[in-house]
Amino acid sequence: MHKGKKIRVLIAKPGLDSHDRGAKIVARALRDAGMEVIYTGLRQTPEQIAETALQEDVDVIGLSILSGAHKTLFPRIMRLLEDQDMTDVMVFAGGIIPEEDIAELKKLGIREIFGPGTPTETIIQYVLENISKKS
Amino acid sequence: MTKTEEIAKGILAGNRRSIAKAITIVENDDQEAQKLVKEIYPHTGRAHIIGLTGAGGAGKSTLIEKMVKEYRRIGKKVGVVAVDPTSPFTGGAFLGDRIRMQELCMDKDVFIRSMATRNYAGGIAKATKDAVRVLDASGKDIVIVETVGAGQSEVEIIRVAQTTVVVHAPGLGDDIQAIKAGIMEIADIFVVNKADREGADKAVIDIQSNLQLNNKEKPWRPPVLRTVALTGEGILELIGQIEQHRCFLEGNVECKTALLRTKTETELVEAIRERVTNSVIEELKRKGEFDELVHEIMERQTDPTSAARRLLKRALKNET
Repeated sequence: MHKGKKIRVLIAKPGLDSHDRGAKIVARALRDAGMEVIYTGLRQTPEQIAETALQEDVDVIGLSILSGAHKTLFPRIMRLLEDQDMTDVMVFAGGIIPEEDIAELKKLGIREIFGPGTPTETIIQYVLENISKKS
Repeated sequence: MTKTEEIAKGILAGNRRSIAKAITIVENDDQEAQKLVKEIYPHTGRAHIIGLTGAGGAGKSTLIEKMVKEYRRIGKKVGVVAVDPTSPFTGGAFLGDRIRMQELCMDKDVFIRSMATRNYAGGIAKATKDAVRVLDASGKDIVIVETVGAGQSEVEIIRVAQTTVVVHAPGLGDDIQAIKAGIMEIADIFVVNKADREGADKAVIDIQSNLQLNNKEKPWRPPVLRTVALTGEGILELIGQIEQHRCFLEGNVECKTALLRTKTETELVEAIRERVTNSVIEELKRKGEFDELVHEIMERQTDPTSAARRLLKRALKNET
């Protein structure tokens, strides 16, 4: 829209992870950087994530996954977003995602993978620099 | 058809994407928001608006989840607006109320939206009223607004809601007897949640005696209910009382009209005030008079009130 519009981010945990420490750290960092962060808790299905993103009209989605199920879940999520006509939403991911899977995930439309140990400042800068102002 | 007209049409058809886009517009874009509200306003006034307020940790979100499930069971369409505070330092917000409501996510007749206060005072966001209108116009029978975890003075919810529910839980550290004006006065219904905990009975008694002291001859006597949101205990009674209150408002036309009149007058005054203020200040800044006076005040040549009077006199003179 125009400068000054708040960036709304959905931090989502698809699958069956048992803890969300990392996701919460990223959520808090983005909040401290001035964004409005919606966090929906553990054990979200791809359908729940896509529907939440729609209702909350988010600009960014951060997917956090530790269980290794990213190759199953991420394609479903990206497909649902496409069906909902939400391909302009920036999607990034983090958690336990092997190096060799990154290229495949980027082909799905996931812009960047931020692995364990990534400084939160890096993620913040990435979002701020790459966010497209939605019309 | 313009984009705004398209969105308005979508809202009236209950389209979720249109609803979502519309709420973003009313939050951000003053010009488009005005056009949008103008389009949908004639279609509002149908939904029953329920406000839920109370200290953080009282169990509002969990209570709402159970309430929505019950409303759905009886076939009502529901909208929820959950408000959380914006940091006055960073401008950011952590919107976590949805966590407790995610089971409702896939129900097409439930729409949940998280809003940040964006530093508006009083427990809700400035755009909450219009967000509620969007949900109302989209065909929801019930719209529930969850305010920021409130203390004493977050009472803006009464400007938005028809039925205000104040939720309290024992053991949160605030003694009912210490609660003074504000939040105790706005309740149409009191709920003591976590009623299985120690201190619940005392809380109920305290609230009831407080009410006896305060509410001399009011036509609606706020009931004090017990719930255990986690198990769903007491929810049916809560829904029942909300419905009773709605009937009371419908039946008591005088009361209903008086409330609506107060709300409408307040909103109109605020809308006028905001526009007048903004346009006057814009004009004064444009002409440089504003900066002149700021300088004079800093030099102690004048005081803020006198400066404001001078500016206003000049501004109004220029209007005629």
